[in-house]
Amino acid sequence: MKKKEKELYLHFYHEMQRLRSFELKASELFTQAMLAGNIHTYIGQEAIAVGACNALLEIDYIVCTHRGHGQCIARGCSPNIMMAELFGKETGYCKGKGGSMHIADLSRGILGANGIVGAGLAIGTGSGLASKITEKSEVTLVFFGDGASNEGYFHESLNMASAWKLPVVYLCENNNYGVSVRIDRVCNVENIAERAKAYDIPGVIIDGNNVFEVYNAVQNAAEYAREGKGPTLIEAKTYRYHGHYEGDPQIYKSKEEMEKWLNHDSIEIIKKEILAKGFASEKTLEDVEKKVKREIEEAVDFAKNSPYPDIQRVTEDVYSTDNERGVAR
Amino acid sequence: MRSITYGQAIREAMYEEMTRNSSVFILGEDMGIMGSVFGLTKGFLEEFGENRVIDTPISENGFTGMAVGAAMRGLRPIVEIMYIDFTPIALDPIVNQAAKLRYMTGGQISIPLVIRAPGGAGRRNAGQHSQSLEALLTHFPGLKVIAPGTPYDAKGLLKSAIREDDPVICVEHKILYAKKGEVPEEEYLIPLGKADIKRSGKDVTIIAYSRQILFALEAAEELKKQGIDAEVIDLRTLVPLDWETIQQSIRKTHRVVLVQEAVKRNGYMGEIASQIIDELFDYLDAPVKRVAGLNVIPPFSPALEDHIYPNPQDIVNTVLDIAY
Repeated sequence: MKKKEKELYLHFYHEMQRLRSFELKASELFTQAMLAGNIHTYIGQEAIAVGACNALLEIDYIVCTHRGHGQCIARGCSPNIMMAELFGKETGYCKGKGGSMHIADLSRGILGANGIVGAGLAIGTGSGLASKITEKSEVTLVFFGDGASNEGYFHESLNMASAWKLPVVYLCENNNYGVSVRIDRVCNVENIAERAKAYDIPGVIIDGNNVFEVYNAVQNAAEYAREGKGPTLIEAKTYRYHGHYEGDPQIYKSKEEMEKWLNHDSIEIIKKEILAKGFASEKTLEDVEKKVKREIEEAVDFAKNSPYPDIQRVTEDVYSTDNERGVAR
Repeated sequence: MRSITYGQAIREAMYEEMTRNSSVFILGEDMGIMGSVFGLTKGFLEEFGENRVIDTPISENGFTGMAVGAAMRGLRPIVEIMYIDFTPIALDPIVNQAAKLRYMTGGQISIPLVIRAPGGAGRRNAGQHSQSLEALLTHFPGLKVIAPGTPYDAKGLLKSAIREDDPVICVEHKILYAKKGEVPEEEYLIPLGKADIKRSGKDVTIIAYSRQILFALEAAEELKKQGIDAEVIDLRTLVPLDWETIQQSIRKTHRVVLVQEAVKRNGYMGEIASQIIDELFDYLDAPVKRVAGLNVIPPFSPALEDHIYPNPQDIVNTVLDIAY
């Protein structure tokens, strides 16, 4: 048991470092104007994706958010192929057509990140419906933010999932902000999980920066869903360290608030526990960090050395059949 | 050959495809116990069970989005949006999700989804239950749109649509549900993207779809009495468009009248007119004419409603205008 616990701690630490390292690099590349468009980084929220994805089975599905890099890596996506997508390269998950905000990998049960806040809630609920119709035991986990909880999609999805006891776990990453607007300015409910009451489903509030809290909560909710008892709404309290997008001046955040959360950093929390439990030395953890940084550097090299999509690709994949005519007129 | 209604044809298409493929299921308001407000799925619940004939809450955005998710998982949902007027409530899952996810994921994802949307005026349902919104839905790359006008076409096209791996919007006309037409007993399919020459002629081409195809055929009979031999093309599918059939006809007749029930401004026929002018200008002996609905909101009063959309006489008059 002790060995397993140690392995889990070190695995989570390693994974969280991978997520952060990927995002710090993406942020740096964006600042250097190496990446086009916009990117939304996951820095600060790593414990949620890592805890949640590790609590799921291979047969399960996830739906990601526009802030979804971390969720994809935690579910097993290759940083190389993800970075290639961020660069708009042919070798990316979406052949360069989706970019940062829309990474999907059906082979890992990743039904895609989504550029429309809240849309993933209905897609994930539909995936749950598919499992129910086909009488399969997969669970679908939907990542979404505090912002999405004010969309109609959220309420319609939770209503139907609860009415039909669909095997879905709704995991709200409450990072406090929808772009610039703090959730308490636009929502009268202090805890989003309280909205579970409206649908008579379990609502659970957890510390989203504590990976084990996330892991345990998602395990429980997934088991509950798999047993046919229906959905759970989990609210993971967290904070995004960067702006909504890279380059966001963040004039809406106070210094005190940022400091408070920086002192409650997900990676620091697990690091302290690992050291306290004697599962690894400082040196070992530093080595992990170095190893992860190398992995991400390699991903950047892979992306840089990959070709851009051929211009002909622009008209491909609009339709599965009759694509040429469908695009022509 | 036997004759059945357009509504029965749609019912048969769904019934046969559900029997053929257990991945096909129905999702929508009042589809189960009630058998849909137009009676198209009566008995389906008993036949296929509540996992495959699902009565939803009144949450068009939510359940259409769920259908997209279920389609991503390999199922083949048929969603009914009870009136096409309600599609604006569900536009995000239709236009930002279903239409785009194949492309945006580099071809990884298929959305084998059919959305049936009854539209059209004539039932005294007023402004929020009588519109023709197909032009809106043809705007988005990634969607296919069919708009059958006869029972035969409705059945063959809907069956094909259910087998498609792309999202297809099936625009039905409420007035047509009770109209009868010949439909064979044996199975058949009509491929998407193929227009049908409903009447051959040499003097003028009349292009229409959905209910207006019946009016165009009536107009053609009237024109015949006046010595004008009209060719009537039923587009049947709006996306992908059967340009071949259109251009061959216009090269022959040199005159074209485009007919739609929808309001004229930004209607689908405006797009067809533009393509004809772009590519067939030298073959035209007269201006391209549109016969279309007034740019108004469908009114309730029978005294008003029948004046907002084209009738056969309007088509006749327009043809006569260019029959110089």
